[in-house]
Amino acid sequence: MSQVLYDAPGPKALARSRVISWVVAVLVLGGLGFAIFQLSGQGLFDADRWDIFNDPLVWLDLLNALVTGTLAAAGLAAIGAIALGVVFSLLRSSTIKWVRIPTTVVLEFFRGMPVLLLILFILLVFGVPAFWSVVIALALYNGTIIGEALRAGLRALPKGQREAGLAVGMRPLQSRLLIEFPQAFRNMLPIIVAQLVVLLKDTSLGYIVGMTELVRRGRLTSEFFGAGQYAFSVYFVVVAMYLTVNLSVSFLARRLARRRGQRLDTGRLKEGGMGDQSAVGNAPIIGAADGAAGGDGSGTS
Amino acid sequence: MRLKRMSAAVGGIALAALLAGCGAPGSAGNDGGSDGGTEEETPTGDGPYNLEIAENPEFDAGTTMAELAEEGSITIGTKFDQPLFGLLGTGDVPEGFDVAIGALVASKLGIPFDSIEFRETVSANREPFIQNGEVDIVVATYTINDTRKEVVDFAGPYFEAGQSLMVLAGNPEGIEGPEDVEGQPVCSVEGSTPAATIVEEYGAELVATDVYSNCLDPLRGGEVVALTTDNVILSGFVAQNEGEFELVGDTFTKEPYGIGLEKGDDNFRTFINDVLEEAFEDGTWERLFEETAGQVLEVPEPPMVDRY
Amino acid sequence: MEVILDNLPLYLRGFGMTLYLLGLTVLFALPLGALVAALRISPVPSLRVVAAVYTEWLRNTPLTLVFFFIAFVLPRIGARLDYEIGAVVALTLYTAPFFAEAIRSGVNAVPVGQAEAARSIGLTFGQTLGNVILPQALRGVVPPLINVTIALTKNTSVATGFFVFTLVSTGQRLANQNGDQVIPILLGVAFFYLVITIPLGQFADRLEERVVVNR
Repeated sequence: MSQVLYDAPGPKALARSRVISWVVAVLVLGGLGFAIFQLSGQGLFDADRWDIFNDPLVWLDLLNALVTGTLAAAGLAAIGAIALGVVFSLLRSSTIKWVRIPTTVVLEFFRGMPVLLLILFILLVFGVPAFWSVVIALALYNGTIIGEALRAGLRALPKGQREAGLAVGMRPLQSRLLIEFPQAFRNMLPIIVAQLVVLLKDTSLGYIVGMTELVRRGRLTSEFFGAGQYAFSVYFVVVAMYLTVNLSVSFLARRLARRRGQRLDTGRLKEGGMGDQSAVGNAPIIGAADGAAGGDGSGTS
Repeated sequence: MRLKRMSAAVGGIALAALLAGCGAPGSAGNDGGSDGGTEEETPTGDGPYNLEIAENPEFDAGTTMAELAEEGSITIGTKFDQPLFGLLGTGDVPEGFDVAIGALVASKLGIPFDSIEFRETVSANREPFIQNGEVDIVVATYTINDTRKEVVDFAGPYFEAGQSLMVLAGNPEGIEGPEDVEGQPVCSVEGSTPAATIVEEYGAELVATDVYSNCLDPLRGGEVVALTTDNVILSGFVAQNEGEFELVGDTFTKEPYGIGLEKGDDNFRTFINDVLEEAFEDGTWERLFEETAGQVLEVPEPPMVDRY
Repeated sequence: MEVILDNLPLYLRGFGMTLYLLGLTVLFALPLGALVAALRISPVPSLRVVAAVYTEWLRNTPLTLVFFFIAFVLPRIGARLDYEIGAVVALTLYTAPFFAEAIRSGVNAVPVGQAEAARSIGLTFGQTLGNVILPQALRGVVPPLINVTIALTKNTSVATGFFVFTLVSTGQRLANQNGDQVIPILLGVAFFYLVITIPLGQFADRLEERVVVNR
């Protein structure tokens, strides 16, 4: 929590805080109210712009696209991405030069390619079905990000961990897999989960190869019934579905993070970006609990 | 909403056909089937397009036709967002003229409508889908041209469209043809042939997006003066948004729509061409058009199949 | 290869637009991200809530839908933006929370004793943050900020669907005209992205190492 940065507020500060809160509330509600007023002035909340949602078939289509398109692709890609991430991080933190350097080159390539292009490439070059080209592209891209996170996690561990492992006679790889890796993975869990949310959102790029997923299906639905009339309402429902799914995932991640926090308690990196290994041995100034699932910020493509 | 009424009508036909058509293949089967596809006249056929399903059609072993007939199913790539030609409503079966043509080919292979799987094809995936076998044929307002012929083969054409311009109703900008849009913003889909034509031959300023329906809002708002693509696609939008838009001028290109299939599969191509020619002659083609795109468009003369 | 050289102007046009979107978005999203990060640790609860809701909302919405909102919903409430400006707005709104999280993670990396020391000698919240924490956080913040920027570079490609001519548009246009050379064409597009992203990535890695060494 942020208490370190300021004192518990006194009466004056509380009063000021209350004033600011009111101003903010008025501003936000006013803005929202204005937007809603404008939108309803356009008739966007009229019943005839929403009546398609009386049809259970429309819901069925959207949910079907969510489950068999978005979630199925995301689930498979997530498994692949974590597996690849593990492999990448081990290869890239290898002590052998001719393992490390080629891996780095490959990683840089996948990290720098827009996912949109990666999907197209895989479809064109390998000729796999559209669904799988999306899954493979997402697994590759997010695998590199997760791999980098895990590598950062490995480097963030106190040197003593590895030294102790080697000292008791473990081979380097044994020490990596049995001692360092489990710790790094646990420490980086929030980042990994945040990246999985990114992955889930990126399934929407499957439209480029004609994979049916939630965004595409929503667009088709609104176009079929008349985009002028239903684009807004379908958009609204699709966003709500994404928020529901993603916030559930984030919530889960936060639960995991908190449980881990209890077990490992102090002296650990609570949350950090890929480039952030320097927090070891210090409690964070801003706790993880009030934040999002993880603060990696390696966005999407 | 005219289109909704139209789709309701098509849906109604589909339902009636389903109810009536259920018995058809079965009753034909009762006759004992050595007559090989020469079923006696039945008023209704299979599926929403009332097509007669060929009974045990015979093909040379090893051909694509034999394989598909053996499997009893076919995967067809169509557009899912193109009014009149391939438009997906609820469920996973689109409707339109392309869908009907696809069903026609399937019927001649002895494949009923229920056994057709439709896959959405967008401009980026049509050739790859054919090449990697994800679809057996593509019937998706797919213009035959030479660069495409280098990677896939085309049967048909089964329809000839042409590029045209759509403007706001009443034509406030006074556009009479493509010559009038020089230097003006015109909306189309990036990477499409109509977009290339309007830029390179008529000097319009392209405002590009990824699906045509995205262009409607800018047209309404006046950010673009016209939307350009094939006339039949534009007609779908005119019908869908009654009173808002109109087409201007004549078509200024020829866009023969073909059926895409794997390159080098000449037997299959000849077979589809035969199917199309038969349908041109016996009136099936005209009937299918009337029932789908013909709700809005006038029925044209069937094109000449190009057996290259 | 030839097809790339022959159409270099078209590639450069897409590349230019990608740089333009990237530059302007960083220019706006970075301050916005810093503001959001500051709001999220501010003493005023309502500000924290607003910042948190904004962050969660945007981070959990696909970028295409943010674009869709700017391009098709905003005009309905009277805010019709130029397409390129609209793309910058969409990218800014979407990227700022990621920047904010990167900054937060950097702040976290500063030993808590620093804040305690600053507070105990009587510095205020603003002074603690501005004079003690942020300068120290900066070093740790830069690598994750760069990673967000790399992601942003690639995210500019989403603008293609919303009336903006990006590198992906180049690829689409050329692929349509040269159906038999799609792969070299796309490799060309990839090259121009990598020209931006790989140096950035290398720079981040280099900095990262220095940060580690310094501590």
